[in-house]
Amino acid sequence: MSEDFEPNIVAFLCNWCSYAGADLAGTSRIHYPANIKVIRVMCSGRVNPLYVMNALQQGADGVLVSGCHPGDCHYMEGNYYARRRLGIFKDLLEFVGVDPRRFHMSWVSASEGHKWKEVVEKTVEDVRAAGPFEGFRRRQIDW
Amino acid sequence: MTDKPRIGLYVCHCGINISATVDVDAVAKYAQNLPNVHVARTYSYMCSEPGQALIKKDIREQGLNRVIVASCSPRMHEKTFRKAVQEEGLNPYFLEIANIREQCSWVHEDMTEGTAKAKKLVASAVAKVRLLEPLESTEVDAEPAALIIGAGIAGIQAALDIADAGFKVYLVEKSPSIGGRMAQLDKTFPTLDCSACILTPKMVDCASHPNIELLTYAKVEEVDGFVGNFTIKVRKKARYVDVDKCTGCGECAKACRLANRITSEFDEGMGKRSAIYMPFPQAVPAKYTIDPENCLMLTRGKCGKGPKCEEACQAGAINFEQQDEIVEFKVGAIIVATGFDTFDASRKPEYGYSNYPNVITGMEMERLVSSSGPTGGDIKVFNGEEEIVPKEIAFIKCVGSRDASVGNEYCSRVCCMYTAKQAHLLREKIPDAKIRVYYIDVRAFGKGYEEFYDRVRRENVRYIRGNPSEIFKRGKKLVVKVEDTLTATPLEDEVDMVVLAVGLEPRADMREVMDLLRLSQSGDKFFMEAHPKLRPVDTATDGVFLAGCCQGPKDIPDTVAQAKGAAASAMVPLASGKVTINAQVATVNEATCRGCGYCVSVCPYSAIELVTVNRFGHELEVARVNEALCKGCGSCSSVCLSDSIQPKSFRDRQILPQIAALGGTR
Repeated sequence: MSEDFEPNIVAFLCNWCSYAGADLAGTSRIHYPANIKVIRVMCSGRVNPLYVMNALQQGADGVLVSGCHPGDCHYMEGNYYARRRLGIFKDLLEFVGVDPRRFHMSWVSASEGHKWKEVVEKTVEDVRAAGPFEGFRRRQIDW
Repeated sequence: MTDKPRIGLYVCHCGINISATVDVDAVAKYAQNLPNVHVARTYSYMCSEPGQALIKKDIREQGLNRVIVASCSPRMHEKTFRKAVQEEGLNPYFLEIANIREQCSWVHEDMTEGTAKAKKLVASAVAKVRLLEPLESTEVDAEPAALIIGAGIAGIQAALDIADAGFKVYLVEKSPSIGGRMAQLDKTFPTLDCSACILTPKMVDCASHPNIELLTYAKVEEVDGFVGNFTIKVRKKARYVDVDKCTGCGECAKACRLANRITSEFDEGMGKRSAIYMPFPQAVPAKYTIDPENCLMLTRGKCGKGPKCEEACQAGAINFEQQDEIVEFKVGAIIVATGFDTFDASRKPEYGYSNYPNVITGMEMERLVSSSGPTGGDIKVFNGEEEIVPKEIAFIKCVGSRDASVGNEYCSRVCCMYTAKQAHLLREKIPDAKIRVYYIDVRAFGKGYEEFYDRVRRENVRYIRGNPSEIFKRGKKLVVKVEDTLTATPLEDEVDMVVLAVGLEPRADMREVMDLLRLSQSGDKFFMEAHPKLRPVDTATDGVFLAGCCQGPKDIPDTVAQAKGAAASAMVPLASGKVTINAQVATVNEATCRGCGYCVSVCPYSAIELVTVNRFGHELEVARVNEALCKGCGSCSSVCLSDSIQPKSFRDRQILPQIAALGGTR
């Protein structure tokens, strides 16, 4: 694997905590790697495991899902569902031969700009170590 | 409008906020070649009037039917641009924001990286906006009433403003009387107004106001619904006193077998009360309450030959059989004004608060100096051996504030001034006292504060810059060990009394309120406002507002100002009588729904139910969404086996193209 490999990471952030936390990192001018590209969803519970699969199929090297801290979900329990569902999904990914370092989950609140930076850095570092993802055949979909 | 998307894409420079790290022209040029993009432009400030006019003009002249603004976070200006496109006759939900400021230009330093990422984010927005659907918002009636939680000065002020405007107010207070912290204070800085004298008229107004319903000694137990239509359940705890009969005469308290034996919360533990009590003489309502944790009758079922209070009460108001009462009502808006706790000084053991009776907190000093306090306003302390009038007094500032070692990095904003005020009051009471104030910085920022601080210094109060490291006992004296950092002199000052200017902390039980109303905390652990600058009284939950110290430390003028702001904001739905329901709700494709009910089981709002439909003579069950209850989280969609239930604007077919755009070639 080449040293200058820059992983492409798709992140799904809940609107209320993690997206707001990422915004706060911006407002506070906290710098972090540009490898992360964010898709905003209302709740981490909205993240269908197929999205993670789809991202890997569509050319992402890693995926991050981030929501409110357990117990703090804006929708009361969406992040609990996400935690269960995506936890199992991570095992499944590993089972089918995907390096588990490619998939990360985190809890970042609206006031944790610094934590967001740490999460991004850790995710990028892990995915970079895992190398480019060529495991799934890409299908080009014209939406 | 044609069905084929015609997208207008606008890249904002945001002065140099975006353009310093993102080559906006390159992004616009790149976007020009994306599918369905009809026009791509850049402008210095898209949110400005001319910026919005640019979009409107293009919609008019170029027949645009979709708009993307690549600018700051959608949390910032999504509403602004929705309104702009709507004014030009476009459905407001045909708008997408690409966040290239908070999540791109501000967090990356390299122009190449920033520009590349911005292009991806823009491509992702293009992919989504093409597939967005028009949404119609619906309006429902708003209940013309407000709930206010906490009846300190913030809650009282907000209640009076809303009630004066003609709306019903339910003012809920957990303790037996309204008034809160301000009622405990002696004088207020910098005007030296008597705290009670300016507060009690407002308390009385609350009690007598036809639009205010006081629910004291009560707790909010349940909150259901949404802005405009909250259903509230409040538990009124049993006072064991019939408030309709109680005249507040006080004979019961005098007769109580435990009279003067129970620590008074109001006097910060320095005074005593009975098991049946009124927290302070000017309490509102002026009714007595039996403390169920101490009353002999309630704890042991026996009080001598019979409860003395019952015997003494001419009105027959005592009722040991009284039960808690649950009250239910509907409101359109909620204001949280739950206040603060003071820092527990025993968490700084080096100051000896737990060991020496003559080390007291600022709040205790308030009660000590108050003419209605435990000593009648005489400054007397017990130095471990005898009661003395202190002649040498030390104030230590920033106890529990600006101190990472106890987890509080913030400034509590009131301690500098209450210390100055207390020093002044002590100077009046003990003219020959030697008063020293140990400080890190003096922050006298408010109106008249600097002048007051200056006056106090001229009253022979010595300010010494230094943060004491230790307080210990030497003979009858306490020794304050400190370095005067202006002269680099180590000092060991002997004093008779130490006042710790303790800071303000979030309420220990704030978690209950957070869970009730879905509020979040900011870094300092106080309640978090929707935007620190522009929405300081709003929260992430629509229809819920913040006032006073529950949002962060504040002095009284700032608290009152914020309470008035919260009242004004809360009155918006009440006055208009209407609230708009979130249009981004879930919707079911009944043709493909199999009626498995997984969505029903995960929905946190019980917004989905299975209904029986008749399809070609066959009865079958499908899911149906109650749009008034749905909050659009989309949890239902993630469990749907047939992708039949989908949140509008966040459908699979709107998100998957975003993923494809962000993946793509590296």
